[in-house]
Amino acid sequence: MPATHTVTAYDDELRWLMRRISEMGGLAEGMVADSLKALIEADTALAQRVISEDVLLDRAEREISEKAVLVIAKRQPMASDLREIIGSIRIAADLERVGDLGKNIAKRVIAVHTMAQPKSLVRGLEHLSELALTQLKEVLDAFSSKSSDLAVSIRERDDEIDAIYTSLFRELLTYMMEDPRNITACTHLLFCAKNIERIGDHATNIAETVFYVATGEQLSDERPKDDDTANVMAPPVDD
Amino acid sequence: MSDAAVEARLSTQEEERDIKMRARGVSVFYGQKQALFGVDLEIPRHAVMALIGPSGCGKSTFMRCLNRMNDTIDSCRIVGDVTLDAEDIYDPAIDVVELRARVGMVFQKPNPFPKSIYENVAYGPRIHGLVRNRQETDEVVERSLTRAGLFKEVKDRLHEPGTGLSGGQQQRLCIARAIAVSPEVILMDEPCSALDPIATATVEELIHELRENFTIVIVTHSMQQAARVSQRTAMFHLGNLVEEADTDKIFTNPEDPLTQDYITGRFG
Repeated sequence: MPATHTVTAYDDELRWLMRRISEMGGLAEGMVADSLKALIEADTALAQRVISEDVLLDRAEREISEKAVLVIAKRQPMASDLREIIGSIRIAADLERVGDLGKNIAKRVIAVHTMAQPKSLVRGLEHLSELALTQLKEVLDAFSSKSSDLAVSIRERDDEIDAIYTSLFRELLTYMMEDPRNITACTHLLFCAKNIERIGDHATNIAETVFYVATGEQLSDERPKDDDTANVMAPPVDD
Repeated sequence: MSDAAVEARLSTQEEERDIKMRARGVSVFYGQKQALFGVDLEIPRHAVMALIGPSGCGKSTFMRCLNRMNDTIDSCRIVGDVTLDAEDIYDPAIDVVELRARVGMVFQKPNPFPKSIYENVAYGPRIHGLVRNRQETDEVVERSLTRAGLFKEVKDRLHEPGTGLSGGQQQRLCIARAIAVSPEVILMDEPCSALDPIATATVEELIHELRENFTIVIVTHSMQQAARVSQRTAMFHLGNLVEEADTDKIFTNPEDPLTQDYITGRFG
């Protein structure tokens, strides 16, 4: 925004929302990164910490919605201000879901930490989560800079995450078929992978919100959003 | 006539049907001072157009061009064209009194005549010869007050002074007075600025209902009011028309940075 509001308290309120969203983003990123670290290192203490942090994220989301409602009631925002406030509410909801997904991964750490995990799968999950976390980080940068171009490129990149998720899905299936003793661990890992893929989808949602906040236009829904695993068949079993 | 020519003529007619008033290159001077700079604006039929902008931006001046209210100011000079149903309202052959019956006006402060409620409404139709006898006058008075949403509240005291009503009732009385002469266009200059929120809501509801039969132009300083009552919004600044678009667009995603700054409260 080029100029400031005549009422400076209004600017303070909008800045508060922006700051809180970016704090929420940092917290959500940290939770997801820690949950993955806990998974890879079988660190149940770290997993517990992630689980307990979710409360903070839930609280932040509630605070943001309450503040946003209050600003709407007091200031009757218009145009870009209105879009920014509505965007904050939506992004806070997405980030809260990201935290839930991180927490879910952390819970699975406790279930699988005693089981052997194939190295290549763990690396695959690591790569997937790095991509999703980069998406999340960049989309929050896009929100604070109101960059519609960055939002568009982030949305385009979600395909990569979907592709890696689909290949992990195939790999996990193969492991399960090779040895039924892998099934418990692999099912948990499969959910972890799915959670990370969903985090990527939330980053995509946020990118769409950022685009709307920045331009006032909605992105068209041309981009294929779903993962491909619905079409993946189990490999044939040799008798 | 060729098909293309027929089509062109039909589309022009179509357009004329949808445009009630049109201003082209309207500039206004008060003595040496220019208050409006070449404004082009089309006012759609049976719709509410809101004129917004900071004080002194020329929105009221523009509105006053639409029924030649500026004629009453000696130093005022107007160039450009204003048409009502494609007819030039500044044509010397135009009867200004008749024009103002077709393009009525409601002012910022309710200004009932120091007469009874009944006489306030009956005065216009009488001087314009729209009623021939007492019965017709009664009918016009009742119809106008009903349309203005006031009849139920005042039907037992029609012969009491209009000035004895509350502010909101007085403003609705002025609206009843304006519609009693069956105008085609109603100009409203901040009609709710002196009213409380409930009276404001009543007037806004009224504007919404009047739109079916009248074309309305409203000047307002309340962005929320403009967003609520109008379908088109025109933004003025320093005597220029900055932007004119669908109201939904203006208040969610305006094109011009000046409009953006004004409606979001970042001005000056």
